[in-house]
Amino acid sequence: MTRTTIAIASGKGGTGKTFISTNLFNSLQNSGLNMALVDCDAEAPNDREFLREGVLQSTQAVTQKIPVIDKSKCTYCGKCDEYCNFNAIFFLEEPQTIEVLEELCHGCGACSVACEYGAITEKDDLLGKINRYKFPNGNELIEGKMEVGVHVSIQIIKESIKAAENFDLVLLDSPPGTGCPFIQTVYKADYVVLVTEPTPFGLSDLKQSVEILREMDIPCGVIINRADLGTDEALNYLKQENIPLLMSVPFDREIAVAYSKGEMITNLSSEWREKFSQLYRCIKEDFQKVKTK
Amino acid sequence: MKIAIVSEKESLDARIDSRFGRCAYFAIHDTDSKTTEFFPNPAKDSPEGAGPAAVKFVASKGVKKVVAPEFGGKAEAMLEKLQIEMVNEKDKTISEVIKELE
Repeated sequence: MTRTTIAIASGKGGTGKTFISTNLFNSLQNSGLNMALVDCDAEAPNDREFLREGVLQSTQAVTQKIPVIDKSKCTYCGKCDEYCNFNAIFFLEEPQTIEVLEELCHGCGACSVACEYGAITEKDDLLGKINRYKFPNGNELIEGKMEVGVHVSIQIIKESIKAAENFDLVLLDSPPGTGCPFIQTVYKADYVVLVTEPTPFGLSDLKQSVEILREMDIPCGVIINRADLGTDEALNYLKQENIPLLMSVPFDREIAVAYSKGEMITNLSSEWREKFSQLYRCIKEDFQKVKTK
Repeated sequence: MKIAIVSEKESLDARIDSRFGRCAYFAIHDTDSKTTEFFPNPAKDSPEGAGPAAVKFVASKGVKKVVAPEFGGKAEAMLEKLQIEMVNEKDKTISEVIKELE
C-alpha cells in the first residue's frame, strides 16, 4: 500500500483543526489502518490532550546549525551577509562589525558556504522535540514541540512528518495560518482538508488557503464548523469555486462540552463516529476523483 | 553629527513614522552642514529582521542618533552595541524634530 497523507488545515485559527484531526484519527482507530497523526502545530501542540491513551515511546531532539564566526579569521568581506536571506548576520564595514543574530537564523548554512576564509563553523542549537506516543494497535501520535524562545517551527514540522514515513495513512494537524508553517505541513500532502467557519474572517482566510493550495497543485475539500451560526457566503464560495464540502458541523453544546473536557465526540456518540468515518470516505472518494482526472 | 529620523514620506513636512525597522523613509539630517537627505528604508519589506537591517543601513550612513516613537528589541540591542543614541519622539513633523535637535 502506498502512503496517503492528509493534512487538516485552516487559514483562520480556532476553526476546529484539532477537533477534526483527533476525531478523524479516533474514528479510524479500529479500521485496521496503519496510521499516524502528526501534530504539526509545534508552537502549541494539543492533540495529546485528547489522545491520552498513547504511551510515550521516544523523544527525539530537533536541532539546527547556527553559525559561529571566528573574528580572528574573518576578513570582513561581507559575503556571508550577502548570502543570508534572513538578516541574521549583522555586518558593517564601518565601524567594523560582524554578529550572528541567532534568533533570526534559519539554519540554512548559506553563510558557511559563502565564507572562503574558514571563519564560520557551526554549532547545534536545540529547536524542539518530537514525542512519539504509541497506541496498542501500533498507531502513533507524533507530536512536534518547539522549545521556549524558538520562533521558527519549520525544521520541527519537517522532521515530525518524516518520523511518520512508515505509516500507510498519515494525518497532519497543521498549524493555523497560510505562512511557512502551513506550507511546510501541506507541502507533501496528497489532500488537504480545510476547516473553516461561516464568518467573514473564516471565509477570507479560506480563500487565501485555497489560492495557495491551487498554486501548489494540492487538491482540497472543506469542512464548515459551527455551520449554522453564520451566513451562506462560505457555501456559495465553495459552489462557485467547485470545491467539495466534505462535512458540516453544527454548533452543538454536546460537542463543545466534550471538547472543553478533552473528550472526543467520536467516543461519546456513535452518530458522530459514523459521521467521521463518512468524512474519511468522502476524502478518499474526492482524492481518487482528482487523481484519475 | 548625523541624525536619522523615521519619516512617513519624503518631505520635511512629513510626520514621524510609527515604527523604526519598517518605517517608509529615513530623513538623515547633518547638524554640521544643516542639510537633510531622505532615503527609502531598504529594510521596510524584510520578512524578518527589519530592525537590525534598518540599524545596519543608518549605521552605514554614519548616523550617531536615531529618532523614532519606539524601537524593537533586536534593533535596540544593535543600536546600543554600536553606541547610536535613541530618542523617542512621535506625532511631530520632520522639520519640527530637526529644529528641536539643533
